[in-house]
Amino acid sequence: MIEGINIYEILTLTSILFFIGTYGFFTRENLITVLMSIELILNASAVNFVVINTYLYPDFLQGAVFSIFIIALAAAETALAIAIIINLYKLVYSVEVKDTETMKY
Amino acid sequence: MDFSYTILIPLIPLALFLLLGLFSKKIPASISGWIGSLGLGTSFALSLYTAYHYFLEGKLNGVYQTFTYKSTWLIFTDKLHIDMGVLIDPISVMMLVVVSTISFMVHLYSRGYMKGDDGYTRFFAYLALFSFSMFGLVLATNLFQIYIFWELVGASSFLLIGYYYTKPSAVAAAKKAFIVTRFADLGFLIGILVVSYYAGTLDFGELNSLDGTVITSWASTSFMGLSVFTWGLMLIYLGGVGKSAMLPFHIWLPDAMEGPTPVSALIHAATMVVAGVYLVARLFPLFYFVEDGFALNMVAYIGALSSLVAAIIALTQTDIKRVLAFSTMSQIGYMMLALGVSKYEGHEGLGYMASMFHLFTHAMFKALLFLGAGSVIHAIHSNELKDMGGLRKYMPITHITFLIAALSIAGFPGFAGFFSKDEILAAAFESNMLIYISSVAVAGLTAFYMFRLYFGIFWGEDRKYEHTPHESPMSMTIPLLFLAVLSIVGGYIPFSEFVTADRMPFAAHLDLPLAAIASTVGIIGIIIAYVFYKKVSDLPEKATKLFGSFYKWTFHKFYFDEIYIFVTKKIIFGILAAAIAWFDKFVVDAFMVGIGNSTMSFSHRIKGMQSGKFQDYAMAFVGGGVILAMVVFYIWIN
Repeated sequence: MIEGINIYEILTLTSILFFIGTYGFFTRENLITVLMSIELILNASAVNFVVINTYLYPDFLQGAVFSIFIIALAAAETALAIAIIINLYKLVYSVEVKDTETMKY
Repeated sequence: MDFSYTILIPLIPLALFLLLGLFSKKIPASISGWIGSLGLGTSFALSLYTAYHYFLEGKLNGVYQTFTYKSTWLIFTDKLHIDMGVLIDPISVMMLVVVSTISFMVHLYSRGYMKGDDGYTRFFAYLALFSFSMFGLVLATNLFQIYIFWELVGASSFLLIGYYYTKPSAVAAAKKAFIVTRFADLGFLIGILVVSYYAGTLDFGELNSLDGTVITSWASTSFMGLSVFTWGLMLIYLGGVGKSAMLPFHIWLPDAMEGPTPVSALIHAATMVVAGVYLVARLFPLFYFVEDGFALNMVAYIGALSSLVAAIIALTQTDIKRVLAFSTMSQIGYMMLALGVSKYEGHEGLGYMASMFHLFTHAMFKALLFLGAGSVIHAIHSNELKDMGGLRKYMPITHITFLIAALSIAGFPGFAGFFSKDEILAAAFESNMLIYISSVAVAGLTAFYMFRLYFGIFWGEDRKYEHTPHESPMSMTIPLLFLAVLSIVGGYIPFSEFVTADRMPFAAHLDLPLAAIASTVGIIGIIIAYVFYKKVSDLPEKATKLFGSFYKWTFHKFYFDEIYIFVTKKIIFGILAAAIAWFDKFVVDAFMVGIGNSTMSFSHRIKGMQSGKFQDYAMAFVGGGVILAMVVFYIWIN
């Protein structure tokens, strides 16, 4: 519980964060920035967990624990994604999205 | 009495075929001929033993018994099942002897004739396959089994006619033989289906039984004015017409002479081509009793007509093997007409016995004629009569044996053909005057064309030979001598004691006046041939001029081939097939192509969806999720 800050304000913030991430995911041209956008989405949801836990069910801890899970998961996912991007780079010498469009009709 | 060992007679050649066929590259030519001959020798010995055993002890109360050993092979329903097995009765035992004798002799002969040929082992493998199929055909216990082996002999005949597969004419002849007989066999198959459907059985024993369903109740079913069984039998006979080269399916036989000569002797003279006769004899009670012998009359008339036409054509042919081929057709016509005029009981069944008798003697002397012709061809490397002459000095054994065979087929008194032909003429005389007169005419023509060949080959003046002709090796002359002996003594076998329509022996006597007429006609034919061809003379030329256009017609074999070509090329291919081809191309094909094309153009239009850009996919996924969520939400709030 944070004094003077309403739950709606925080949820608005996380929603904005989430949609910035989604927008970035759809529009970025560089694979690294796409990955960063995914991080934004994940962070938005992690914050949501913590906030809802703190404001609505202060006696429980599941939300906070879940957010730690999400952070760990995000780390793993990032490592994996970076590995894929590095391998892709070895193949096409580029990390641009437009250079990965070989799997099509 | 146990005849189950007869199953070995077909199985030995089958084993030989597998052995020689599978290892044809490994087995050296020097021993493959011996292996084949030895195996067929065993079958030959077994057949002789069977015949001895059967004809001596096979009678019960004076009637020859039938012995059947079979096992069920395919079961469709309780009633419809197909058996495989062996059936031992007088005609099958007689055929076993014929087939094994000729096959054995041809194997021995081929060792000399085919010497040095590239496909020597392959040739013996084919011969073994043929022998197996022919034994199986002879021993068949039911219509379906005979049909299977019927097709197998057709296939091995195809292989052997096309043995010289690098020669286009041999390939064409093989195809022609296969297609023509196959076409006739279609009728055979339909006939089998008709007969077995209405009779409820395929088994020869049940079909031929005098109190079986067919013979007692043929009148109960009718189709277009005739009993259904008559139609069935006529269709079955169609198969026989094809295989036995009767009119109008005879066109394959002369062309089949493209095969090696021993093959012509074995398949196209002595054994396979008489399968049609054997088939009619096998179903003889049916042919005789159903519709009072309507189908049997057809057999008689087709036989008589084929015999006459073939004898006339044989007069003018110049290829010696073709003359023999038409002669074969003519003699098979004889057997058919003898069956056709035969009745069932006792002495009235003379024609049946005569037909089988002639089948037996004909196999011997016709195989001998072919093997003799082969010996001549082997020596001078030509089939044409104009390349031959004066060979009696160079090839004494071939000359003597050929003369014996020619005398035998001409019906010269004392030789085998004389006795069997006399029985046929007697049978024809008793029942049908028209057929009798035509048969006597054929006897005269036969004597004439045979001695035209004989004098043309062995007398007259020498031609220019590449090298001096020489007598063939021992391996070829021994079978000739053996068959020559059979061509004389074969006639003295009291056939009516062994093979009769009702299985009861009767005493047949030589009908002296008829025999005198026939042999006089034969001798006149020989004398005319002597005058024409013994020395070079201009008589043949004059005769040719005398007959004019008729000569041209016979020389072109009455244009049967041309008629077939006209019918197939112009009418079937040109009109019928063209219309069907149009329908196929513009209706069936067009429909299928339309389906394919529309699918393709549709997929062409939507293929852009798969852009390869993962952000597009994600957009579609999220968009879809959002739309779905909105729908669910909309439903939920309502």
